[in-house]
Amino acid sequence: MEIVIAIAIGILTASGIWLILRPRSFQVIIGLSLLSYAINLFIFSMGGIKVGSPPLLDPSQTDLTIYADPVPQALVLTAIVIGFATTALFLVVLLASRGLTGGDHVDGREDR
Amino acid sequence: MAVEQLSLILLILSPFVGSVVAAFLPATARNSEAIFAGAIALINLGIAIWLGPSVRDGGVVRMEAPWIPLLGLDFVLRLDGLAWAFVCLISGIGLLVTIYARYYMSPQDPVPRFFSFLLGFMGAMLGVVVSGNLIQIVFFWELTSLFSFLLIGYWHHSQSARTGARRALLTTGAGGLCLFAGMLVLGQIVGSYDLDVVLFSGEVIAASPLYPAALILILLGALTKSAQFPFHFWLPGAMSAPTPVSAYLHSATMVKAGVFLLARLWPAMADHDLWFYILAPIGAITLLMGAALALFQQDLKGLLAYSTISHLGLITLLLALNSKTAAVAAVFHIMNHAVFKASLFMAAGIIDHEAGTRDIRRLGGLAKAMPITAALAMVAAAAMAGVPLMNGFLSKEMFFAETVETHVQGSFLDSLLPYVATLAGLFSVAYSLRLIDQVFFGPKATDLPKKPHDPVIWMLLPVGCLVLICLLVGLFPGPVIGEFLETAVRGMLLGEKPYYSLAIWHGVNTALIMSVVAMIGGIIAYVALRDWLSGDFEGARMPGRLALRKRVERAQTALGRAWARSEVWLGLSHLQPQLRWIVCVAILTIAWPFLFRSWAIQPGAAEQPDTALLFVWLIGGACAIGAAYQAKYHRLAALIMTGGAGLAVCITFAWLSAPDLALTQVLVEVVTTVLLLLGLRWLPKRKEDIREAADLNAKRRRAADAVIACLGGVGLAALSYAVMTAPTNPDGIARWLLTYAYSEGGGRNVVNVILVDFRGFDTLGEITVLGIVALSVYALLRRFRPAVESVQAPTQKTFQDKYDAQRHESHADDRQIDAHYLLTPGLIMRLLFPLIAMMAMFLFLRGHDLPGGGFVAGLTFAVAFLLQYMAGGARWVEERLTILPTLWIGGGLLMALGTGAAAWIWDLPFLSTYFSYKELPVVGKIPVASALIFDFGVFTLVTGATVLILVALAHQAVRWQRMTGKGEKIALEEDR
Repeated sequence: MEIVIAIAIGILTASGIWLILRPRSFQVIIGLSLLSYAINLFIFSMGGIKVGSPPLLDPSQTDLTIYADPVPQALVLTAIVIGFATTALFLVVLLASRGLTGGDHVDGREDR
Repeated sequence: MAVEQLSLILLILSPFVGSVVAAFLPATARNSEAIFAGAIALINLGIAIWLGPSVRDGGVVRMEAPWIPLLGLDFVLRLDGLAWAFVCLISGIGLLVTIYARYYMSPQDPVPRFFSFLLGFMGAMLGVVVSGNLIQIVFFWELTSLFSFLLIGYWHHSQSARTGARRALLTTGAGGLCLFAGMLVLGQIVGSYDLDVVLFSGEVIAASPLYPAALILILLGALTKSAQFPFHFWLPGAMSAPTPVSAYLHSATMVKAGVFLLARLWPAMADHDLWFYILAPIGAITLLMGAALALFQQDLKGLLAYSTISHLGLITLLLALNSKTAAVAAVFHIMNHAVFKASLFMAAGIIDHEAGTRDIRRLGGLAKAMPITAALAMVAAAAMAGVPLMNGFLSKEMFFAETVETHVQGSFLDSLLPYVATLAGLFSVAYSLRLIDQVFFGPKATDLPKKPHDPVIWMLLPVGCLVLICLLVGLFPGPVIGEFLETAVRGMLLGEKPYYSLAIWHGVNTALIMSVVAMIGGIIAYVALRDWLSGDFEGARMPGRLALRKRVERAQTALGRAWARSEVWLGLSHLQPQLRWIVCVAILTIAWPFLFRSWAIQPGAAEQPDTALLFVWLIGGACAIGAAYQAKYHRLAALIMTGGAGLAVCITFAWLSAPDLALTQVLVEVVTTVLLLLGLRWLPKRKEDIREAADLNAKRRRAADAVIACLGGVGLAALSYAVMTAPTNPDGIARWLLTYAYSEGGGRNVVNVILVDFRGFDTLGEITVLGIVALSVYALLRRFRPAVESVQAPTQKTFQDKYDAQRHESHADDRQIDAHYLLTPGLIMRLLFPLIAMMAMFLFLRGHDLPGGGFVAGLTFAVAFLLQYMAGGARWVEERLTILPTLWIGGGLLMALGTGAAAWIWDLPFLSTYFSYKELPVVGKIPVASALIFDFGVFTLVTGATVLILVALAHQAVRWQRMTGKGEKIALEEDR
């Protein structure tokens, strides 16, 4: 199980890094999305992975070790929402830059 | 808290509050500004006089407010005799300067700025002298540098004012940083930053191996501030400031801060050879050099500036001698110099104001035109020269007497001091004489820009007051200044008072002989040089090789150029190289635990993969790679594939026991996709002629990026695998949270309890960020200007419109969405609105116990609005629904804050929660927790923020088409 998640994180990261190093602003925004998936998964995986035991307390259950770790989940939950907001901000900035410069290069002008 | 402590707080607070108030008075209110600033100075002077008895016999008034006690950082105000004497000087001369400034500043000058800065500076200066904590001193110290920068650069339209201000800030600011480092070292040596502890730890400090480091760093701070050689160069440049500023900064305050610090730390640090060997030569050189150069200045203020440098050198030299009587002389001279130099600066300002020039060569014979000014200036200049029966004479005699004494056995420097002192005295007599003779006597100047005459009485009054003090102190030293000086001395020497005599006549002794020699020599020197001095040369500076000023300026230019070049080297003007740097550093960080912390991959530790999840990720991975491949030319395809990868992430969350995350992710996925779809419309068409693909350079860059991307991917995969397979800590924070989530937070959904209760403060911060980002998006879009070619409706839309027009009756408004467009789905979407709203409520209410909560519910509710926009178009929705997302954001934030603050009513810390279970008629038992209200705030804010962002973006298309429809396209094009 862990190996699947690890490879998934790896692929998302590699695609994301490749894209944020590209010159077109749309590539960068897609790259940031992919990278944030990867990072959210990564942070989430820090608590170790468990199947079928969400941190929803069952009064009849006394053994607390069976639950999945709630801390990374709480962290990632807000990160997902903030991620949406920053994507929106970046999109608007890139649209403004597109309007001002006429192009979509991340530096606001084509190379050379 | 006793009244004394309160008055200390008032002392330090009133100038800063006054500074803010003064900034908002009307621009022409010269009178009220001056009265206001003067009143504050008067209040401070009153407080000082009132506190006088408490500090008279070595007493100390202390006020403490703990801030970070663990680090030794407390806010401590500490007034002892020395600080008290400085408070008197700062507020007393401050009062006179404000009166003077009222008449000096012209109606065109923006006076609110002037008085605001002046009061701010006064506050910073008072802060330096009454601080009882080393770090606090540095804080106010840097504040004086900043305010002096603003004051010197007050007439910022003049190049010389800007240069002078910048030079002063760079020099004293850099010195301040050294001082900060020095204070930290000193604090480490003593083990406390409290001044009371530090002052009594002289032996510990002198014995410490860190003493030289602390001393040199602290001296760098003090000497730059006091314009001591070789850092003196900023002071003459600062003469571009308005004269009231010069009179204040360069007599009683700014430059005195440096010698104040030396006097302050004198009991703690002076008892070491190094103190003498560093300070004495610097003081002696500054004293001599300043006095000599002052004689060769052609600018009246320049002469006074160099004279100031020289007198500060004298004080430094006295403090260097590590003798208590010398310390008395130093304190005495600090006061005397403040008084006569302030009056001289003011007199110079009057001359400049009335005659229109400060060039000594052009002035002459002014004694007839402005007799009162001439008389006052003559007395003050006599005090500066050290003529008997003036205050300057007394402290100068003390100084001469000190130089004769032996302080360090067998030191060549020590035996040289009397000669240095006499020579400097000679120069100071000569330049004082020149000041008087060439300005007030001699042939009457004929080509002055203005016709000189005595100014209004209010401008002369401050000068008169100061000159009167010069005379009174000179004539009756004992009764006039005795007690004041004793208080200051006892404060400085921790209650001790060495023997000294303030008598005018001590009989014929060495000091008197030195005085006489200096006096006669000075007169002879001046007479000999007089004609040559009026010759055609500009004011002398330091000989070329010694002039640090030029070097500093050259270094500054070189640094600026290197900076500009580094922009090219490091690729700072391009985004890609910067991101490449960041990514590379991140990859190195990933490698760190494997290389140095012996983390390892253990292949056997993992569980067998689930085939279904494996399959999900086969698709998810393919989507991610596909998105990376297609994002350049096929944006829509890339966007869809990103969504695919997002869904895979979502399924993974659901699979691995994180239902809350899965819910949030799927909803965010929806809104993000809609958002990017809205953005696609404004992006440029594919450019066929991008040469990048063919370019060899570009190929190389792509290959390098591919390697970086693969390294990053492999690294993060390895890292996460290593962490996931490592044994978890059963006693981690998770255990605590799981144990107390129900008993303390009243919820069974631990993730939600963490968000709204345990870490409610973090959530508050996060929703604040969310709100700010949404508002920023909205604000940016208000000024949005699209590229010209994207304003027109896209091809697809025109095509569709044409098709619609052929098939149906044409409708009145062609920008309204066609009634036949998405007929069935549109109807369903409209019908879904109440259902989704109810779903949102359901998710919200159950959030504390089951997956759901404010974030998820807010996103769901936002999707409900979104669907309406999609089905009916913006206009259709807004004719029927009034959504004010900004109010939702504000209301949500206030609700969350209010819930947190409500805990204060019951004397509980911010964001403490209360909960119990209540029975409702139909619904049944529901949890009633204050956290629920907090979560409702989160819900409201998330809904508002999401809707605001999406709607603002969606509106752009409508807005720009409307504008082009009205024929504003031409205007738009002209705009560019």
